[in-house]
Amino acid sequence: MKANDTVLDVIDLRAKDTVLDVIDLKKYYPIKSGVVQRVVGHVKAVDGVSFSIKRGQTFGLVGESGCGKTTIGRTILRLTEPTGGKAIIKGRDVFALSKRELRKMRPEMQIIFQDPYSSLDPRMPVGEIIGEAVKEHNIVPRAEYRDYILKVMHDCELRPYYIDRYPHEFSGGQRQCICIARALALNPDIIVADEPVSALDVSIQAQIINMMRDLQEKRQITYLFISHDLSVVEYISDVVGVMYLGNLVEKAPKTELFKNPQHPYTRALLSAVPVPNPDVKMNRVILQGDIPSPANPPKGCKFHTRCPHCMDICREQAPEYKDYGGEHFVACHLMDQK
Amino acid sequence: MQEKELTTKQRLRSIKKFNARKYRELKRLRRRRSVPVSEYTTQMADPNNLLEIDDLHTYFYTDIGTVKAIDGVTFQIPRGKTVGVVGESGCGKSVTSLSIMRILQEPQGQIASGAIRYNQLAQNRAIDLVKTPLKEMQKIRGGEISMIFQEPMTTLNPVFTIGKQLDEAIALHSKKMPKKEVAARSVEMLKLVGIANSEGVYKMYPHELSGGMRQRVVIAMALACNPNLIIADEPTTALDVTVQAQILDLLRSLKEKINASIMLITHDLGVVAEMADLVVVMYAGRIVEQGTVQDIFHRPMHPYTIGLMKSRPNFVESGDRLYSIPGNVPSPIDLPNYCFFRNRCSQCIAACDGAYPPLMAVSDTHKVACYLCENAQGKDGE
Repeated sequence: MKANDTVLDVIDLRAKDTVLDVIDLKKYYPIKSGVVQRVVGHVKAVDGVSFSIKRGQTFGLVGESGCGKTTIGRTILRLTEPTGGKAIIKGRDVFALSKRELRKMRPEMQIIFQDPYSSLDPRMPVGEIIGEAVKEHNIVPRAEYRDYILKVMHDCELRPYYIDRYPHEFSGGQRQCICIARALALNPDIIVADEPVSALDVSIQAQIINMMRDLQEKRQITYLFISHDLSVVEYISDVVGVMYLGNLVEKAPKTELFKNPQHPYTRALLSAVPVPNPDVKMNRVILQGDIPSPANPPKGCKFHTRCPHCMDICREQAPEYKDYGGEHFVACHLMDQK
Repeated sequence: MQEKELTTKQRLRSIKKFNARKYRELKRLRRRRSVPVSEYTTQMADPNNLLEIDDLHTYFYTDIGTVKAIDGVTFQIPRGKTVGVVGESGCGKSVTSLSIMRILQEPQGQIASGAIRYNQLAQNRAIDLVKTPLKEMQKIRGGEISMIFQEPMTTLNPVFTIGKQLDEAIALHSKKMPKKEVAARSVEMLKLVGIANSEGVYKMYPHELSGGMRQRVVIAMALACNPNLIIADEPTTALDVTVQAQILDLLRSLKEKINASIMLITHDLGVVAEMADLVVVMYAGRIVEQGTVQDIFHRPMHPYTIGLMKSRPNFVESGDRLYSIPGNVPSPIDLPNYCFFRNRCSQCIAACDGAYPPLMAVSDTHKVACYLCENAQGKDGE
């Protein structure tokens, strides 16, 4: 209880420019078995993750598939109920809100999904897709409604006459523009972008990323940018967090993380990215094996089964996640040895 | 108004008629009992090449018109080399590979003209895959030319064990091999692709494996019959970067072990730079630029190739804006008779209004289809 209070005090102090504060977020999915569906264990999709994002900044979250990136994004918006922890958006704990309060708060937090093909209702024209939530939350008076939608569409580089068209008439890139417009129409403070460009072609990716950056500058939006594409994350983020099996293993400002990666997993991840230069022969750290099952994670440091620098202590004791100067957080025993 | 409607109707009817004729022609062609060998044997232009694609046209006869998915593609795959084919979705990369394997969706998809000369080393002859009868093709598919598909999830059959599916591929191409030997070979292949618990995986079902493991199984299957050519159609797109690194490493080492050629289809320029010896850049069904990796990455000439590279975040400083190619790919049904890239190109010149630019040689290895490079060619000569 006491610890909790101090945590909240600290938040109050920096709440002014912090839009999102995630503290010790946990999300476990129960594993049920047998006739009576007894809970026999838990998949620890997210197991104690903390980070905060300042206004107008972008926090990039990277990691392999199955490490819990998407779960974080969804739990923060309470699209799935959390198991523990806090997510404070503009000074209010999202997890403590009642349903009615949550609904009121929805316009402030929006999400862009990965697949623009399945996240748009095929039976709704574009104007209605973008405007549905605007009507629901009474963002603008009825009379200005259509103009408002057109303005949002203009911001997202959609032509005015698209308003009565249906999603199937658009290409993947344009659909993603519609998804962004839908999120933007509510004037949110924070947008969770869950792999927004992964399903798109290279040249269209650039278009969407540019647009997201322009909108951020114009409206001071905060992004939680989830992606597995490191080069995109490097380009768009201010701070980057690396996840492995439900935990953050490293978090640092972008340039620091990419120039000076500390955790062996981050290094392996960075070296695995193919460099588009045929003359560069990479000194590659190739990780062996696959990501272990989150239902039965390894003891000690979760990464020790694949780590090239595994020591005895790694098998026994989970490393502490702490600041090693310059807001560079690392969770690795190697750091203490230096 | 009425008149216009009528013409649309007439147009659609004529398309239907045209398509029906094409389907009939194909049916007649397929129905022939025996095709004389002399009809499909040819001569390779260069005996060092494994595969020569010569002015290939693959069309899809759809109800709204003919889609020219590939419209005159010419390139070679030398023995023991890796050729990377790059381009955005819909540019005809995959259709090229399907044409080589002759697994197009028939009768809509047909090879309209052109030749795919394949150097059948084992029998010391060259054959034209376009004219080869299906019976003969079945021996080649999976045996001499094999394919790795993009989605390891959908490539494997969920109701059969890994072992059964591998055995099937091996047994089909070596009919006299006893069952035990086939099984042993399957386990050996699984070991070769770096699966530690190969005997265990042999008995498993696809759903029990992770994406990376499944892709390894698919690679094992593709390599099981010692192919001369491996067509890898986006082999790592569905995988994580760490697993991608493992798979690419594996492909590279295996290629050397069995001395095969690889045709690598991808949209990831990084993967191409790392794997390929030669690169082909495709746009809207045609080749816009081809050359060695060094040519393409150090001296890209075509505005499309340059745009493609500039739009990747790892080519630019993080402060700069990413370059995005304006506009869209032209509709594949009514392709214009000028350069397909003209409307999106920032460096148009007067000549661009003319006919589609032919592939022009900039150097011995480097060819570009752009009028801008005519001048560059002159400069090189001076």
